[in-house]
Amino acid sequence: MAKVVIKLGDDISTDVIYPGRYMATVLPSETPQYAFADMTDFNSKLKSKQIPAGSVILGGRNFGCGSSREQAVSTLKGHDLIIVAPGFARIFLQNGINLGLRTVVCPTIEASEGDDLEFTEGEIVNKATGKRFAIEPLPKARQAIIDAGGLIPYTRKRLVATSPAA
Amino acid sequence: MGMTVAEKILARASGLPSVKAGDVVEPKVDLAMSHENAALVINQFLEVYQGTSLQPQIWDPSKVSVIFDHRVPAESPKTASNQKKVREFVAAQGVGKFHDIRGDVGGICHQILPENGYVRPGYVVVGTDSHTTSHGALGAFAFGIGATEMASVWALGAVLNVEVPATMKVNVKGKFKKFVGPKDLILHLIGKLTAQGANYKVIEFHGPTIRSMSTSGRLVICNMSVEAGATAGIVPADKETARYLREEAGVKGKVTPVIPDKDAVYERIIEIDVSKLEPQIACPHTVDNVKPVASVKGTKVQQIVIGSCTNGRLDDLAMAAGILKGKKVSQGTRMLVFPASGRIYAQALAKGYIGTFMKAGAVVMNPGCGPCLGIHEGALGDGETALSTTNRNFKGRMGNPNSQVFLCSPAVAAASAVKGVITNPRKGAK
Repeated sequence: MAKVVIKLGDDISTDVIYPGRYMATVLPSETPQYAFADMTDFNSKLKSKQIPAGSVILGGRNFGCGSSREQAVSTLKGHDLIIVAPGFARIFLQNGINLGLRTVVCPTIEASEGDDLEFTEGEIVNKATGKRFAIEPLPKARQAIIDAGGLIPYTRKRLVATSPAA
Repeated sequence: MGMTVAEKILARASGLPSVKAGDVVEPKVDLAMSHENAALVINQFLEVYQGTSLQPQIWDPSKVSVIFDHRVPAESPKTASNQKKVREFVAAQGVGKFHDIRGDVGGICHQILPENGYVRPGYVVVGTDSHTTSHGALGAFAFGIGATEMASVWALGAVLNVEVPATMKVNVKGKFKKFVGPKDLILHLIGKLTAQGANYKVIEFHGPTIRSMSTSGRLVICNMSVEAGATAGIVPADKETARYLREEAGVKGKVTPVIPDKDAVYERIIEIDVSKLEPQIACPHTVDNVKPVASVKGTKVQQIVIGSCTNGRLDDLAMAAGILKGKKVSQGTRMLVFPASGRIYAQALAKGYIGTFMKAGAVVMNPGCGPCLGIHEGALGDGETALSTTNRNFKGRMGNPNSQVFLCSPAVAAASAVKGVITNPRKGAK
Protein backbone atom coordinates (compact mmCIF):
# COMPACT_ATOMS: atom_id res chain seq x y z
CA MET A 1 0.00 0.00 0.00
CA ALA A 2 1.28 3.44 -0.89
CA LYS A 3 -0.21 6.84 -0.14
CA VAL A 4 -0.59 9.62 -2.70
CA VAL A 5 1.28 12.50 -1.03
CA ILE A 6 0.89 15.04 -3.82
CA LYS A 7 -1.10 15.33 -7.02
CA LEU A 8 0.39 17.37 -9.87
CA GLY A 9 -0.86 18.59 -13.25
CA ASP A 10 0.18 17.81 -16.83
CA ASP A 11 3.61 18.63 -18.31
CA ILE A 12 5.55 18.77 -15.03
CA SER A 13 8.98 19.72 -16.33
CA THR A 14 12.40 18.79 -15.01
CA ASP A 15 12.82 22.52 -14.22
CA VAL A 16 10.04 22.08 -11.66
CA ILE A 17 11.34 18.74 -10.34
CA TYR A 18 14.95 19.92 -10.10
CA PRO A 19 15.53 23.61 -10.89
CA GLY A 20 18.45 24.43 -13.20
CA ARG A 21 20.25 26.54 -10.63
CA TYR A 22 21.09 23.37 -8.65
CA MET A 23 22.55 21.55 -11.63
CA ALA A 24 26.12 21.96 -10.41
CA THR A 25 25.10 19.40 -7.79
CA VAL A 26 25.32 16.09 -9.62
CA LEU A 27 25.92 13.22 -7.22
CA PRO A 28 22.84 11.08 -6.43
CA SER A 29 23.86 11.28 -2.77
CA GLU A 30 23.52 15.09 -2.83
CA THR A 31 20.59 15.81 -5.18
CA PRO A 32 17.64 14.76 -2.93
CA GLN A 33 17.75 18.04 -0.94
CA TYR A 34 16.65 20.02 -4.04
CA ALA A 35 13.63 17.92 -5.06
CA PHE A 36 10.83 20.32 -6.09
CA ALA A 37 12.94 23.12 -4.59
CA ASP A 38 10.60 25.87 -5.83
CA MET A 39 7.56 24.13 -4.26
CA THR A 40 8.87 25.11 -0.87
CA ASP A 41 6.25 23.34 1.31
CA PHE A 42 6.65 20.00 -0.43
CA ASN A 43 10.44 20.37 -0.51
CA SER A 44 10.63 20.99 3.22
CA LYS A 45 8.36 18.00 3.94
CA LEU A 46 10.69 15.82 1.88
CA LYS A 47 13.80 17.19 3.53
CA SER A 48 12.41 16.77 7.06
CA LYS A 49 11.42 13.16 6.23
CA GLN A 50 7.71 13.81 6.79
CA ILE A 51 7.09 11.91 3.56
CA PRO A 52 7.63 8.20 4.17
CA ALA A 53 9.65 6.11 1.72
CA GLY A 54 7.43 4.37 -0.83
CA SER A 55 4.96 7.29 -1.06
CA VAL A 56 3.35 8.14 -4.39
CA ILE A 57 3.68 11.29 -6.47
CA LEU A 58 0.72 11.36 -8.83
CA GLY A 59 1.71 13.16 -12.00
CA GLY A 60 -0.29 14.22 -15.04
CA ARG A 61 0.44 13.55 -18.68
CA ASN A 62 3.99 14.01 -20.01
CA PHE A 63 5.60 13.90 -16.56
CA GLY A 64 9.29 14.89 -16.62
CA CYS A 65 9.26 16.80 -19.89
CA GLY A 66 12.10 19.13 -20.84
CA SER A 67 15.75 18.82 -19.93
CA SER A 68 17.60 15.49 -19.89
CA ARG A 69 19.11 16.28 -16.47
CA GLU A 70 19.37 13.03 -14.56
CA GLN A 71 19.24 14.91 -11.26
CA ALA A 72 15.45 15.05 -11.77
CA VAL A 73 15.41 11.28 -11.34
CA SER A 74 18.10 10.82 -8.70
CA THR A 75 16.46 13.51 -6.54
CA LEU A 76 13.20 11.50 -6.44
CA LYS A 77 14.94 8.15 -6.17
CA GLY A 78 16.80 9.50 -3.14
CA HIS A 79 13.48 9.91 -1.33
CA ASP A 80 12.40 6.44 -2.51
CA LEU A 81 9.25 7.82 -4.12
CA ILE A 82 6.99 6.05 -6.60
CA ILE A 83 5.90 8.12 -9.59
CA VAL A 84 2.50 7.22 -11.05
CA ALA A 85 1.39 9.11 -14.17
CA PRO A 86 -0.75 8.60 -17.27
CA GLY A 87 2.41 9.15 -19.32
CA PHE A 88 6.06 10.17 -19.06
CA ALA A 89 8.41 12.12 -21.30
CA ARG A 90 10.89 9.81 -23.01
CA ILE A 91 14.21 10.84 -21.47
CA PHE A 92 12.79 11.04 -17.94
CA LEU A 93 11.30 7.54 -18.18
CA GLN A 94 14.52 6.17 -19.62
CA ASN A 95 16.58 7.81 -16.87
CA GLY A 96 14.11 6.44 -14.31
CA ILE A 97 14.55 2.90 -15.57
CA ASN A 98 18.31 3.31 -15.78
CA LEU A 99 18.56 4.42 -12.14
CA GLY A 100 15.85 2.15 -10.77
CA LEU A 101 13.30 4.84 -9.90
CA ARG A 102 9.86 3.27 -9.64
CA THR A 103 7.82 4.74 -12.50
CA VAL A 104 4.33 3.43 -13.15
CA VAL A 105 2.49 4.28 -16.38
CA CYS A 106 -1.24 4.23 -15.69
CA PRO A 107 -3.17 6.02 -18.49
CA THR A 108 -6.57 6.15 -16.72
CA ILE A 109 -5.51 6.65 -13.10
CA GLU A 110 -7.95 8.56 -10.88
CA ALA A 111 -6.86 9.36 -7.35
CA SER A 112 -6.66 12.22 -4.89
CA GLU A 113 -4.11 13.30 -2.32
CA GLY A 114 -4.33 11.02 0.69
CA ASP A 115 -5.69 8.01 -1.23
CA ASP A 116 -3.99 4.69 -0.64
CA LEU A 117 -3.00 2.78 -3.76
CA GLU A 118 -2.36 -0.92 -3.98
CA PHE A 119 -0.09 -2.16 -6.77
CA THR A 120 -0.93 -5.59 -8.08
CA GLU A 121 0.24 -7.45 -11.17
CA GLY A 122 -0.78 -5.16 -14.01
CA GLU A 123 -3.20 -3.04 -11.94
CA ILE A 124 -3.51 -0.25 -9.44
CA VAL A 125 -6.35 -0.47 -6.94
CA ASN A 126 -7.39 2.82 -5.36
CA LYS A 127 -8.40 1.68 -1.86
CA ALA A 128 -10.26 4.94 -1.21
CA THR A 129 -12.63 4.53 -4.16
CA GLY A 130 -12.35 0.82 -4.87
CA LYS A 131 -11.65 1.56 -8.54
CA ARG A 132 -9.06 -0.45 -10.51
CA PHE A 133 -6.79 0.94 -13.23
CA ALA A 134 -4.65 -0.97 -15.72
CA ILE A 135 -0.89 -0.42 -15.66
CA GLU A 136 0.79 -0.07 -19.03
CA PRO A 137 3.89 -2.24 -19.28
CA LEU A 138 7.17 -0.30 -19.53
CA PRO A 139 8.85 -0.31 -22.98
CA LYS A 140 9.76 -3.94 -23.66
CA ALA A 141 13.20 -2.93 -24.80
CA ARG A 142 13.98 -1.81 -21.28
CA GLN A 143 12.93 -4.92 -19.36
CA ALA A 144 16.42 -6.44 -19.42
CA ILE A 145 17.80 -3.30 -17.77
CA ILE A 146 15.15 -3.39 -15.06
CA ASP A 147 15.82 -7.09 -14.47
CA ALA A 148 19.54 -6.39 -14.08
CA GLY A 149 18.82 -3.76 -11.42
CA GLY A 150 19.60 -0.72 -13.56
CA LEU A 151 21.80 0.34 -16.44
CA ILE A 152 25.09 0.37 -14.51
CA PRO A 153 24.99 -3.32 -13.53
CA TYR A 154 23.57 -4.16 -16.96
CA THR A 155 26.41 -2.36 -18.74
CA ARG A 156 28.98 -3.89 -16.39
CA LYS A 157 27.70 -7.36 -17.26
CA ARG A 158 27.84 -6.63 -20.99
CA LEU A 159 31.30 -5.11 -20.71
CA VAL A 160 32.77 -8.03 -18.83
CA ALA A 161 31.11 -10.51 -21.22
CA THR A 162 32.54 -8.80 -24.32
CA SER A 163 35.95 -7.88 -22.96
CA PRO A 164 38.82 -10.07 -24.19
CA ALA A 165 40.68 -9.32 -20.97
CA ALA A 166 37.94 -10.76 -18.77
CA MET B 1 8.82 -2.28 -46.95
CA GLY B 2 10.45 1.13 -47.28
CA MET B 3 12.31 2.87 -44.49
CA THR B 4 12.29 6.40 -43.09
CA VAL B 5 15.57 8.27 -42.52
CA ALA B 6 15.66 7.25 -38.85
CA GLU B 7 15.02 3.60 -39.73
CA LYS B 8 17.77 3.62 -42.36
CA ILE B 9 20.27 5.15 -39.99
CA LEU B 10 19.39 2.81 -37.14
CA ALA B 11 19.54 -0.24 -39.45
CA ARG B 12 23.01 0.73 -40.72
CA ALA B 13 24.30 1.51 -37.21
CA SER B 14 22.90 -1.76 -35.86
CA GLY B 15 24.34 -3.87 -38.69
CA LEU B 16 20.90 -4.95 -39.92
CA PRO B 17 19.53 -4.94 -43.48
CA SER B 18 16.35 -3.23 -42.33
CA VAL B 19 14.45 -2.20 -39.22
CA LYS B 20 10.92 -0.95 -38.59
CA ALA B 21 9.23 1.05 -35.87
CA GLY B 22 9.01 -0.99 -32.67
CA ASP B 23 12.09 -3.14 -33.34
CA VAL B 24 14.67 -3.22 -30.57
CA VAL B 25 18.18 -2.42 -31.73
CA GLU B 26 21.62 -1.49 -30.37
CA PRO B 27 22.99 1.18 -32.68
CA LYS B 28 26.71 1.95 -32.66
CA VAL B 29 27.32 5.60 -31.84
CA ASP B 30 29.17 7.92 -34.23
CA LEU B 31 29.32 10.92 -31.90
CA ALA B 32 28.69 11.20 -28.14
CA MET B 33 28.46 14.70 -26.70
CA SER B 34 28.32 16.00 -23.14
CA HIS B 35 28.66 19.40 -21.51
CA GLU B 36 29.30 20.21 -17.85
CA ASN B 37 27.17 17.22 -16.90
CA ALA B 38 30.13 15.10 -18.00
CA ALA B 39 31.00 15.42 -14.29
CA LEU B 40 28.08 13.06 -13.56
CA VAL B 41 28.83 10.88 -16.59
CA ILE B 42 32.38 10.35 -15.26
CA ASN B 43 30.99 9.34 -11.87
CA GLN B 44 28.64 6.78 -13.44
CA PHE B 45 31.29 5.60 -15.94
CA LEU B 46 33.75 4.79 -13.15
CA GLU B 47 31.01 2.97 -11.28
CA VAL B 48 30.45 0.68 -14.29
CA TYR B 49 34.01 -0.60 -13.86
CA GLN B 50 33.77 -1.10 -10.11
CA GLY B 51 34.30 -4.71 -9.06
CA THR B 52 35.77 -5.67 -12.45
CA SER B 53 39.40 -6.19 -13.36
CA LEU B 54 39.04 -3.78 -16.30
CA GLN B 55 40.60 -0.34 -16.59
CA PRO B 56 38.05 2.42 -17.30
CA GLN B 57 38.63 3.40 -20.93
CA ILE B 58 36.29 5.22 -23.31
CA TRP B 59 35.53 2.92 -26.26
CA ASP B 60 36.69 5.47 -28.87
CA PRO B 61 37.81 8.86 -27.52
CA SER B 62 37.84 10.35 -31.03
CA LYS B 63 34.03 9.98 -31.12
CA VAL B 64 33.47 11.73 -27.83
CA SER B 65 32.93 15.46 -27.53
CA VAL B 66 32.84 17.49 -24.32
CA ILE B 67 31.93 21.16 -24.53
CA PHE B 68 31.61 23.61 -21.64
CA ASP B 69 28.64 25.92 -22.22
CA HIS B 70 26.09 25.74 -19.41
CA ARG B 71 28.02 27.73 -16.82
CA VAL B 72 30.78 29.65 -18.56
CA PRO B 73 32.84 31.14 -17.07
CA ALA B 74 32.13 29.22 -13.86
CA GLU B 75 29.80 31.01 -11.43
CA SER B 76 30.87 29.12 -8.32
CA PRO B 77 33.76 27.14 -6.85
CA LYS B 78 31.60 24.01 -7.20
CA THR B 79 31.14 24.48 -10.95
CA ALA B 80 34.78 25.40 -11.40
CA SER B 81 35.83 22.25 -9.54
CA ASN B 82 33.49 20.10 -11.65
CA GLN B 83 34.93 21.66 -14.81
CA LYS B 84 38.45 21.00 -13.52
CA LYS B 85 37.61 17.36 -12.86
CA VAL B 86 36.16 16.98 -16.38
CA ARG B 87 39.17 18.75 -17.94
CA GLU B 88 41.57 16.33 -16.23
CA PHE B 89 39.47 13.32 -17.21
CA VAL B 90 39.19 14.20 -20.91
CA ALA B 91 42.97 14.81 -21.04
CA ALA B 92 43.69 11.46 -19.39
CA GLN B 93 41.27 9.63 -21.71
CA GLY B 94 42.42 11.45 -24.84
CA VAL B 95 38.96 12.78 -25.71
CA GLY B 96 39.30 14.28 -29.18
CA LYS B 97 36.58 16.90 -29.44
CA PHE B 98 36.97 18.86 -26.22
CA HIS B 99 36.03 22.54 -26.26
CA ASP B 100 37.09 24.42 -23.15
CA ILE B 101 36.06 27.95 -22.16
CA ARG B 102 37.67 29.91 -24.98
CA GLY B 103 36.83 32.96 -27.05
CA ASP B 104 37.98 31.41 -30.33
CA VAL B 105 36.74 27.81 -30.43
CA GLY B 106 34.32 27.73 -27.52
CA GLY B 107 30.55 28.08 -27.54
CA ILE B 108 27.26 26.25 -27.17
CA CYS B 109 27.49 22.52 -27.84
CA HIS B 110 24.69 22.58 -30.43
CA GLN B 111 26.60 25.15 -32.46
CA ILE B 112 30.10 23.75 -31.90
CA LEU B 113 29.19 20.30 -33.26
CA PRO B 114 27.81 21.53 -36.59
CA GLU B 115 30.29 24.36 -37.20
CA ASN B 116 33.24 22.01 -36.77
CA GLY B 117 31.82 19.37 -39.08
CA TYR B 118 31.56 16.83 -36.25
CA VAL B 119 28.05 15.78 -37.38
CA ARG B 120 27.50 14.15 -40.78
CA PRO B 121 24.39 12.87 -42.52
CA GLY B 122 23.56 9.34 -41.41
CA TYR B 123 25.33 9.56 -38.06
CA VAL B 124 23.92 8.32 -34.80
CA VAL B 125 24.51 11.20 -32.38
CA VAL B 126 23.74 11.05 -28.68
CA GLY B 127 24.10 13.89 -26.22
CA THR B 128 23.44 14.38 -22.53
CA ASP B 129 21.25 17.31 -23.45
CA SER B 130 17.65 17.23 -24.61
CA HIS B 131 18.32 19.68 -27.45
CA THR B 132 20.65 17.17 -29.10
CA THR B 133 17.73 16.85 -31.55
CA SER B 134 19.33 19.93 -33.20
CA HIS B 135 21.73 17.78 -35.19
CA GLY B 136 18.97 16.17 -37.19
CA ALA B 137 19.32 19.40 -39.21
CA LEU B 138 22.31 17.73 -40.91
CA GLY B 139 20.43 14.53 -41.68
CA ALA B 140 21.68 12.64 -38.61
CA PHE B 141 19.64 10.69 -36.06
CA ALA B 142 20.39 12.68 -32.93
CA PHE B 143 18.75 12.30 -29.54
CA GLY B 144 19.13 13.27 -25.91
CA ILE B 145 20.03 10.77 -23.21
CA GLY B 146 20.77 10.86 -19.48
CA ALA B 147 24.19 10.76 -17.86
CA THR B 148 24.06 7.07 -16.92
CA GLU B 149 23.05 6.16 -20.47
CA MET B 150 26.07 8.14 -21.66
CA ALA B 151 28.34 6.27 -19.23
CA SER B 152 27.11 3.08 -20.87
CA VAL B 153 27.85 4.54 -24.34
CA TRP B 154 31.36 5.57 -23.24
CA ALA B 155 31.97 1.98 -22.08
CA LEU B 156 30.39 0.07 -24.98
CA GLY B 157 30.14 2.46 -27.95
CA ALA B 158 26.49 1.64 -28.51
CA VAL B 159 23.13 2.58 -27.07
CA LEU B 160 21.59 -0.51 -25.53
CA ASN B 161 18.02 -1.65 -26.10
CA VAL B 162 16.67 1.18 -28.25
CA GLU B 163 13.15 0.85 -29.56
CA VAL B 164 12.99 2.16 -33.14
CA PRO B 165 10.59 5.13 -33.00
CA ALA B 166 7.75 5.64 -35.45
CA THR B 167 8.15 8.67 -37.73
CA MET B 168 5.72 11.47 -38.50
CA LYS B 169 6.25 13.47 -41.66
CA VAL B 170 5.79 17.23 -41.76
CA ASN B 171 5.50 18.75 -45.24
CA VAL B 172 6.06 22.49 -45.31
CA LYS B 173 5.29 24.72 -48.28
CA GLY B 174 4.97 28.44 -48.93
CA LYS B 175 7.27 31.44 -48.61
CA PHE B 176 7.67 33.13 -45.23
CA LYS B 177 6.44 36.70 -44.98
CA LYS B 178 8.94 39.37 -43.94
CA PHE B 179 10.01 38.98 -40.26
CA VAL B 180 8.57 35.43 -40.15
CA GLY B 181 10.88 32.41 -40.23
CA PRO B 182 11.90 29.01 -38.86
CA LYS B 183 11.24 29.92 -35.20
CA ASP B 184 7.65 30.90 -36.02
CA LEU B 185 7.21 27.66 -37.96
CA ILE B 186 8.40 25.43 -35.13
CA LEU B 187 6.42 27.34 -32.48
CA HIS B 188 3.34 26.97 -34.68
CA LEU B 189 3.96 23.23 -35.05
CA ILE B 190 4.51 22.73 -31.30
CA GLY B 191 1.28 24.60 -30.59
CA LYS B 192 -0.51 22.30 -33.00
CA LEU B 193 1.05 19.05 -31.74
CA THR B 194 1.16 20.03 -28.01
CA ALA B 195 4.10 19.39 -25.68
CA GLN B 196 3.57 15.64 -25.85
CA GLY B 197 2.18 15.31 -29.37
CA ALA B 198 5.35 13.79 -30.76
CA ASN B 199 6.42 11.81 -27.66
CA TYR B 200 8.53 8.78 -28.64
CA LYS B 201 8.33 9.78 -32.34
CA VAL B 202 10.68 11.15 -34.96
CA ILE B 203 9.62 14.23 -36.92
CA GLU B 204 10.93 14.15 -40.50
CA PHE B 205 10.72 17.54 -42.24
CA HIS B 206 10.02 17.81 -45.96
CA GLY B 207 8.67 20.22 -48.56
CA PRO B 208 9.89 23.21 -50.59
CA THR B 209 10.10 25.56 -47.58
CA ILE B 210 12.49 23.17 -45.83
CA ARG B 211 14.52 22.58 -49.02
CA SER B 212 15.10 26.31 -49.43
CA MET B 213 15.86 26.83 -45.72
CA SER B 214 19.46 27.38 -44.56
CA THR B 215 21.13 24.88 -42.24
CA SER B 216 20.91 27.56 -39.57
CA GLY B 217 17.10 27.59 -39.91
CA ARG B 218 16.95 23.80 -39.97
CA LEU B 219 18.89 23.75 -36.70
CA VAL B 220 16.12 25.88 -35.16
CA ILE B 221 13.30 23.51 -36.13
CA CYS B 222 15.18 20.33 -35.20
CA ASN B 223 16.37 21.93 -31.94
CA MET B 224 12.82 22.58 -30.78
CA SER B 225 11.30 19.31 -32.05
CA VAL B 226 11.96 17.99 -28.55
CA GLU B 227 9.50 20.59 -27.21
CA ALA B 228 6.74 18.54 -28.86
CA GLY B 229 8.27 15.49 -27.18
CA ALA B 230 10.01 14.15 -30.28
CA THR B 231 12.90 11.73 -29.85
CA ALA B 232 14.51 13.32 -32.90
CA GLY B 233 13.80 15.87 -35.62
CA ILE B 234 15.36 15.19 -39.01
CA VAL B 235 15.80 17.18 -42.19
CA PRO B 236 17.01 14.69 -44.81
CA ALA B 237 20.39 15.89 -46.09
CA ASP B 238 20.59 17.62 -49.46
CA LYS B 239 22.71 20.10 -51.46
CA GLU B 240 22.40 22.71 -48.72
CA THR B 241 23.74 20.22 -46.14
CA ALA B 242 26.74 19.51 -48.37
CA ARG B 243 27.26 23.24 -48.94
CA TYR B 244 27.14 23.98 -45.20
CA LEU B 245 29.55 21.18 -44.32
CA ARG B 246 32.06 22.16 -47.02
CA GLU B 247 31.86 25.96 -46.89
CA GLU B 248 31.06 26.65 -43.26
CA ALA B 249 32.32 23.56 -41.42
CA GLY B 250 35.44 22.94 -43.52
CA VAL B 251 34.56 19.32 -44.28
CA LYS B 252 36.55 17.73 -47.08
CA GLY B 253 35.56 14.60 -48.93
CA LYS B 254 32.24 13.12 -49.90
CA VAL B 255 29.02 13.96 -48.07
CA THR B 256 26.55 11.12 -48.49
CA PRO B 257 22.95 11.93 -47.67
CA VAL B 258 20.47 9.43 -46.27
CA ILE B 259 17.07 9.92 -47.84
CA PRO B 260 13.85 8.06 -47.05
CA ASP B 261 12.49 5.36 -49.35
CA LYS B 262 9.56 6.38 -51.53
CA ASP B 263 7.38 3.80 -49.78
CA ALA B 264 8.60 4.63 -46.25
CA VAL B 265 5.91 4.16 -43.62
CA TYR B 266 4.85 7.28 -41.70
CA GLU B 267 2.57 7.15 -38.71
CA ARG B 268 1.10 10.53 -39.54
CA ILE B 269 1.53 13.22 -42.19
CA ILE B 270 1.07 16.91 -41.38
CA GLU B 271 0.82 19.62 -44.06
CA ILE B 272 1.76 23.22 -43.24
CA ASP B 273 1.58 26.27 -45.50
CA VAL B 274 3.67 29.12 -44.06
CA SER B 275 2.69 31.77 -46.60
CA LYS B 276 0.06 33.24 -44.26
CA LEU B 277 1.89 32.53 -40.99
CA GLU B 278 2.24 35.54 -38.66
CA PRO B 279 4.97 35.91 -35.99
CA GLN B 280 4.31 33.38 -33.21
CA ILE B 281 4.97 33.53 -29.47
CA ALA B 282 4.94 30.86 -26.73
CA CYS B 283 3.27 32.27 -23.63
CA PRO B 284 3.99 31.30 -20.00
CA HIS B 285 4.47 28.63 -18.69
CA THR B 286 4.52 25.99 -21.45
CA VAL B 287 6.16 25.91 -24.86
CA ASP B 288 2.93 24.69 -26.50
CA ASN B 289 0.96 27.73 -25.28
CA VAL B 290 1.51 29.34 -28.70
CA LYS B 291 -0.35 32.40 -30.02
CA PRO B 292 0.16 34.98 -32.74
CA VAL B 293 2.35 37.79 -31.36
CA ALA B 294 -0.41 40.29 -32.10
CA SER B 295 -2.63 38.73 -29.41
CA VAL B 296 -0.22 39.65 -26.58
CA LYS B 297 1.23 42.86 -28.02
CA GLY B 298 1.73 45.65 -25.52
CA THR B 299 2.80 43.31 -22.69
CA LYS B 300 5.59 45.08 -20.76
CA VAL B 301 8.97 43.34 -20.91
CA GLN B 302 11.85 43.89 -18.46
CA GLN B 303 14.40 41.58 -20.11
CA ILE B 304 15.04 40.65 -23.73
CA VAL B 305 17.34 37.71 -24.45
CA ILE B 306 18.74 36.99 -27.89
CA GLY B 307 20.88 33.89 -28.17
CA SER B 308 20.98 30.18 -27.18
CA CYS B 309 21.30 26.94 -29.13
CA THR B 310 18.00 27.84 -30.76
CA ASN B 311 18.58 31.40 -32.04
CA GLY B 312 22.12 32.61 -31.39
CA ARG B 313 23.48 32.17 -34.92
CA LEU B 314 24.75 34.77 -37.36
CA ASP B 315 21.47 35.14 -39.29
CA ASP B 316 19.63 35.61 -35.97
CA LEU B 317 22.03 38.34 -34.91
CA ALA B 318 21.81 39.93 -38.38
CA MET B 319 18.02 40.05 -38.13
CA ALA B 320 18.12 41.64 -34.66
CA ALA B 321 20.87 44.11 -35.58
CA GLY B 322 18.95 45.14 -38.70
CA ILE B 323 15.95 46.09 -36.57
CA LEU B 324 18.02 47.77 -33.84
CA LYS B 325 20.34 49.78 -36.10
CA GLY B 326 20.19 53.45 -35.13
CA LYS B 327 17.63 52.74 -32.40
CA LYS B 328 17.80 52.37 -28.62
CA VAL B 329 16.66 49.66 -26.24
CA SER B 330 13.73 51.15 -24.34
CA GLN B 331 14.38 52.60 -20.86
CA GLY B 332 13.18 50.10 -18.26
CA THR B 333 14.08 47.16 -20.50
CA ARG B 334 17.46 45.42 -20.52
CA MET B 335 18.64 43.45 -23.50
CA LEU B 336 21.18 40.61 -23.34
CA VAL B 337 22.81 39.12 -26.44
CA PHE B 338 24.59 35.74 -26.40
CA PRO B 339 26.24 34.70 -29.68
CA ALA B 340 26.14 30.88 -29.95
CA SER B 341 29.89 30.46 -30.41
CA GLY B 342 33.18 32.33 -30.47
CA ARG B 343 33.24 31.98 -34.24
CA ILE B 344 29.80 33.58 -34.55
CA TYR B 345 30.82 36.32 -32.12
CA ALA B 346 33.85 37.14 -34.34
CA GLN B 347 31.70 37.10 -37.49
CA ALA B 348 29.10 39.37 -35.87
CA LEU B 349 31.87 41.71 -34.75
CA ALA B 350 33.30 41.89 -38.29
CA LYS B 351 29.87 42.62 -39.73
CA GLY B 352 29.24 45.39 -37.22
CA TYR B 353 26.30 43.71 -35.44
CA ILE B 354 28.03 43.73 -32.06
CA GLY B 355 28.63 47.48 -32.38
CA THR B 356 24.99 48.01 -33.31
CA PHE B 357 23.85 46.09 -30.22
CA MET B 358 26.17 48.02 -27.92
CA LYS B 359 25.18 51.39 -29.34
CA ALA B 360 21.54 50.46 -28.87
CA GLY B 361 22.24 49.74 -25.20
CA ALA B 362 22.23 45.96 -25.29
CA VAL B 363 24.72 44.00 -23.18
CA VAL B 364 26.71 41.57 -25.31
CA MET B 365 27.78 38.56 -23.27
CA ASN B 366 30.23 35.76 -23.94
CA PRO B 367 28.96 32.72 -25.90
CA GLY B 368 27.19 30.12 -23.76
CA CYS B 369 23.77 29.04 -22.55
CA GLY B 370 23.43 32.28 -20.60
CA PRO B 371 20.16 32.88 -18.74
CA CYS B 372 18.19 30.29 -20.75
CA LEU B 373 18.08 27.78 -17.93
CA GLY B 374 18.49 30.04 -14.95
CA ILE B 375 21.82 28.74 -13.80
CA HIS B 376 24.22 31.57 -13.39
CA GLU B 377 23.42 34.92 -14.97
CA GLY B 378 20.62 37.10 -16.24
CA ALA B 379 18.15 36.05 -13.53
CA LEU B 380 14.72 37.72 -13.41
CA GLY B 381 13.28 39.63 -10.47
CA ASP B 382 9.96 38.76 -8.82
CA GLY B 383 7.07 39.61 -11.12
CA GLU B 384 9.33 40.36 -14.09
CA THR B 385 8.71 39.31 -17.68
CA ALA B 386 11.31 38.11 -20.17
CA LEU B 387 10.96 37.84 -23.92
CA SER B 388 13.52 35.40 -25.21
CA THR B 389 14.65 33.65 -28.38
CA THR B 390 15.47 30.55 -26.29
CA ASN B 391 13.54 27.30 -26.23
CA ARG B 392 11.82 26.82 -22.87
CA ASN B 393 9.53 28.88 -20.67
CA PHE B 394 8.64 26.46 -17.89
CA LYS B 395 7.90 27.99 -14.51
CA GLY B 396 11.22 28.92 -12.92
CA ARG B 397 13.15 28.28 -16.13
CA MET B 398 15.15 31.50 -15.94
CA GLY B 399 15.87 30.97 -12.28
CA ASN B 400 12.86 32.57 -10.62
CA PRO B 401 9.50 30.82 -10.24
CA ASN B 402 7.89 34.23 -9.63
CA SER B 403 8.65 35.47 -13.14
CA GLN B 404 7.41 34.68 -16.62
CA VAL B 405 9.06 33.94 -19.95
CA PHE B 406 7.70 34.37 -23.48
CA LEU B 407 9.50 32.70 -26.42
CA CYS B 408 9.82 34.25 -29.87
CA SER B 409 12.01 34.87 -32.92
CA PRO B 410 14.95 37.30 -33.02
CA ALA B 411 12.81 39.73 -35.09
CA VAL B 412 10.07 39.87 -32.45
CA ALA B 413 12.64 40.17 -29.65
CA ALA B 414 14.50 43.05 -31.31
CA ALA B 415 11.34 44.98 -32.25
CA SER B 416 10.08 44.54 -28.68
CA ALA B 417 13.39 45.75 -27.20
CA VAL B 418 12.93 49.10 -28.93
CA LYS B 419 9.38 49.53 -27.64
CA GLY B 420 9.79 47.90 -24.22
CA VAL B 421 6.61 45.95 -24.83
CA ILE B 422 5.83 42.85 -26.91
CA THR B 423 5.71 44.14 -30.45
CA ASN B 424 4.80 42.63 -33.81
CA PRO B 425 7.70 43.50 -36.12
CA ARG B 426 5.36 43.12 -39.09
CA LYS B 427 3.33 46.17 -38.17
CA GLY B 428 3.58 48.27 -41.27
CA ALA B 429 5.58 45.60 -43.13
CA LYS B 430 4.35 44.15 -46.40
